[in-house]
Amino acid sequence: MNALRKYFDKIKPNFEEGGKLHAFRSLYDGFETFAFVPNTTSGVGSVNVHDAIDSKRIMSLVVIALVPALLFGMYNVGYQNALAAGQLENATFWGMFFFGFLAVLPKLIVSYVVGLGIEFTVAQWKNEEIQEGYLVSGIIIPMIVPVNTPLWMLALAVAFSVIFAKEIFGGTGMNILNVALVTRAFLFFSYPSSMTGDDTVWVAQNAICGLGFDVPEAFSAATPLGEIAAGATALSTTMFDQVVGLIPGSIGETSVIAIALGACLLLFTGIASWKTMLSVFVGGGLTGWLYNALGLSPLDACQHIVLGGFCFGAVFMATDPVTSARTEGGKWIYGLLIGFVAVTVRVLNPGYPEGMMLAILLMNVFAPLIDYCLVSRNISKRAKRLTSK
Amino acid sequence: MSLLSKANKEALTSPLNLNNPVVVQVLGICSALAVTAQLEPAIVMGLSVTIITAFSNLIISLIRKSIPNRIRIIVQLVVVAALVTIVSQVLKAFAYDVSVQLSVYVGLIITNCILMGRLEAFAMMNKPWPSFLDGIGNGIGYAIILVIVGFFRELLGAGTLLGFQVVPDWCYEHGYVNNGMMTMPAMSLILVGCVIWVHRAYNKDLQ
Repeated sequence: MNALRKYFDKIKPNFEEGGKLHAFRSLYDGFETFAFVPNTTSGVGSVNVHDAIDSKRIMSLVVIALVPALLFGMYNVGYQNALAAGQLENATFWGMFFFGFLAVLPKLIVSYVVGLGIEFTVAQWKNEEIQEGYLVSGIIIPMIVPVNTPLWMLALAVAFSVIFAKEIFGGTGMNILNVALVTRAFLFFSYPSSMTGDDTVWVAQNAICGLGFDVPEAFSAATPLGEIAAGATALSTTMFDQVVGLIPGSIGETSVIAIALGACLLLFTGIASWKTMLSVFVGGGLTGWLYNALGLSPLDACQHIVLGGFCFGAVFMATDPVTSARTEGGKWIYGLLIGFVAVTVRVLNPGYPEGMMLAILLMNVFAPLIDYCLVSRNISKRAKRLTSK
Repeated sequence: MSLLSKANKEALTSPLNLNNPVVVQVLGICSALAVTAQLEPAIVMGLSVTIITAFSNLIISLIRKSIPNRIRIIVQLVVVAALVTIVSQVLKAFAYDVSVQLSVYVGLIITNCILMGRLEAFAMMNKPWPSFLDGIGNGIGYAIILVIVGFFRELLGAGTLLGFQVVPDWCYEHGYVNNGMMTMPAMSLILVGCVIWVHRAYNKDLQ
């Protein structure tokens, strides 16, 4: 750590006013504050810091919470590839993992290079500090797309959402919609055949660097929700596989266990609101139970929660502190409605097997309204209390 | 008074840029989103609106002194409705395919805010010739934006322009896919936003 500090101190003059690399000062600043907590504090008498942890640390913790799901996603990519090729007995654990690693790594790199590139450019251009918000979006984005998404599409979608969902609104902390979900929505509506399409998108088809297997032509694997949307009444995967995550799906969304690990960290550190998280599950569960009881959906409440992106969305995206409701009561309403809308879209709209993305985006839009109503209700309540005396 | 005096030129050219009905006054957005999925209907729509705005401006300006103030909106509507019907029938007769694509949006020109706005704001208090030029200018100002948006939507959404394939086949063979979202109205709103962005970047005084 000391060596790193010394190195930062050594190159610092280059980036200061008049230095030869002054044009890249925001880049330097971004990396310095990422590696070390800034030691500047507010002066006596001015506004004081109310929390020791700054947003870069929060982001780093969320990234750590995402790692189990990401690693499992990599393994699952290899597993699905071996399963599809019929070579499961010949595949080793590490072979499958490294295959998945090689399949996912380019997406991670593209996501970070494009997203951070735009953020750094905008920060430089506007003479602002680098905003660290993309740290989390950058790792979430590769996790919520199918493994076969072409890289150029991913790059385009990332550029679109960083510019139009975030920078236009004023950058990190000002966005109305979750940036990662806008990326997915852009891909979903722009290139539907590459996102859900013909069910070949969920399984990596070709060997990479000698790892993995070539999948025979015309193989396709539908996600469990895709099967149901196509009219099936029973799932081809077992509940055990669905919970562990050995099913086709977007890279990071399949394993409930890995997501639960992340959820524990987020809840333990108090970064994510347990109210939002719980109410999403309650809303989704109740709605799933209702549709099942009415005979509209062959899936029971439990399956609705386990399958698709429900857990991932509930844990990592509904709880996004920027785009979710901020009032305590509002969090309950916000979460319940996300669960309700997600399951409703799944069941009632045959065109969209998965509704979590649309549900969270919709409620992102309504979150300020929910907050506004609750705050004004509180104000009028207190005003009444004041006048009734 | 010359036909193209300074004031008349102003009436003709200011809607093209600094007083553009779509990107500055933000009028007529609905139809701009609805008909721009392809370039051809966008051009036809732009032309139709230009003709209707110009002639309704001219007619209203001619009779502006005899219109009773209380029922002026009704009178304007009658004139616009008559012109819209004529244009719609002409399109059906000579450009049937385009008129099918435009569907109700030709009829809905009558509700286009640009028209009523120009009639109320300009034709009611100006002489016929400047009013006519103002109508032409506003119609073309509207058409320009439609053509820009339609150009990008058709190019990126379908890979064609005016129905001819522009994106070469080897692009598709190498994995290029048309952007489906470009064919949806949501994306055209974002494109109009981009046009406004670029326009304001060049015209700082509008910011």
